[in-house]
Amino acid sequence: MKILVCISKAPDTTAKIAFTDGDTKFDENGVQFIVNPYDEWYALVRGLELKEANGGSVTVLSVGRVDTDPIIRKALAIGADDAVRIDADTNDALYVAKQIANYAKENGYELVLCGKETIDYNGSQVAGMVAELMEVPYVSLTSKLDVAGSTATIERDVEGGVELIEANLPIVISSSKGMAEARIPNMRGIMAARSKPLTVVAPIEASNATSVKNFSLPAAKTGCKYVDADNVQELVNLLHNEAKAI
Amino acid sequence: MSVLIYADSNNGSLTKNALEAASYGAQVAQAKGGNAVAVVVGTANNIEQLGNYGVTKVLHVSDTTLDKFDPQKIAHVMATAAKQEGSETIIFAHDYSGKSIAPRLSAKLDAGLVTGAIALPNGNIIKKAVFSGKAFAEVEVNTSTQIISVLPNSVDKVETGGTAEVVALALELPSTGIKVKETKKESTELSLTEADIVVSAGRGLKGPENWGMVEDLAKELGAATACSRPVADIGWRPHHEHVGQTGIAIRPNLYFAIGISGAIQHLAGVNGSKVIVVINTDAEAPFFKAADYGIVGDAFEVVPKLLAAIKELKA
Repeated sequence: MKILVCISKAPDTTAKIAFTDGDTKFDENGVQFIVNPYDEWYALVRGLELKEANGGSVTVLSVGRVDTDPIIRKALAIGADDAVRIDADTNDALYVAKQIANYAKENGYELVLCGKETIDYNGSQVAGMVAELMEVPYVSLTSKLDVAGSTATIERDVEGGVELIEANLPIVISSSKGMAEARIPNMRGIMAARSKPLTVVAPIEASNATSVKNFSLPAAKTGCKYVDADNVQELVNLLHNEAKAI
Repeated sequence: MSVLIYADSNNGSLTKNALEAASYGAQVAQAKGGNAVAVVVGTANNIEQLGNYGVTKVLHVSDTTLDKFDPQKIAHVMATAAKQEGSETIIFAHDYSGKSIAPRLSAKLDAGLVTGAIALPNGNIIKKAVFSGKAFAEVEVNTSTQIISVLPNSVDKVETGGTAEVVALALELPSTGIKVKETKKESTELSLTEADIVVSAGRGLKGPENWGMVEDLAKELGAATACSRPVADIGWRPHHEHVGQTGIAIRPNLYFAIGISGAIQHLAGVNGSKVIVVINTDAEAPFFKAADYGIVGDAFEVVPKLLAAIKELKA
């Protein structure tokens, strides 16, 4: 089975969020970039597990500029066989999806794995768009995935429970918690990653369907109102009369 | 020119998120001088109630094959309805269903999509939360058709008292390679993303056997229960209760954090809550900086007292 895992570069979960250029750009100064957690912990690791069980290959794909290479090498260190970087700026989900769908179709991938969303733009968009462009099924928020022959068996999170789904390959999956356990690359993996192939390809022609005009930060809380632990009644009064929340 | 809304249903009833999306769509339609038209698929009861949120027409695709969720088929329905109604604005809820359908429709129509909107659009510019709630972005849609999904609990529903005409929409559905075999609801409890009040607890509770008081408090308040990541990871609580950056993001009216220190990743998933109450033994817990009300104290003493005081209030 040919497996394609789409990964994205994201700021570390503890990164300070600030903006530059008149609040139009994310301030990357001093920010450490990581593989987007859902892409790495779940999509990539489950892809590797399926390859280990059924044979085949795992390719990681990222759309981005040369500063994306370190996170691609990390994915190779965790165990992907080879990597592709589509050399383009990533400002719009539909643009990115067109790049991925075109590559996946041309190269006959049967299973395309993505994370459920990136932790920067929180779009939850690219995977579903790729599926539509490839004209194949899409299952979002997948918490379990197995493949036997050309059939995938899937559990998907829904409100308060799970949906059990059967689908034909090829398929696009967005991965959520529960699909796999994160793996830490070992020294051998890190050494091997240096010599694994990373192919850089040019993007296809497409335009941006959306663009970010500006960013802002939420207003800081005005301060916590403390209530004495011996006077819990007062908290209930405040929640009822002041906050009108109960 | 009409605004088209996807109104999702669950076991034959419209969801709260569907009514929010309908109200949002109706407000957009009013601003643009058009009508709000909702689409409902499969078996669904009492769909006329959408009129009360400003929808003037409901297109109902009653084909029961759509009772089994299939985003590929529903995207086809939405594309057909958008063409029929000449809709250039299409609204979803940013929930489990919307996240599956809206991206497909965006690619199908080559239309810009903004997910998780937290306010009504300003022309083609839509505000949404980014960086897991740590910031906001204003996003411009550059295509003539725009698709917006609305973050649950972020835009008030407006009741208009109107009525909606229900019209059957018959169309041929594409065959797809996907089949829902079964839906397993793990609980009949209130769903976390729709709850107005959420009671959440963390490692400060010391063990899963101590959750009784959390559940009692939630029950008294008509609230959903949630937990921090470490608690889900060690198996004290089910994973679907985990709120935070890598769990579920929620924005209830009222959020109780009991014995949760408030790591930045946890705050990212809950800081859209309107009122935050923190109960923690550690006065230095970072969560107090994000709180509206705080009690420095032992949860095992504070929570039972809180429960008693709330019972008294409700009595």
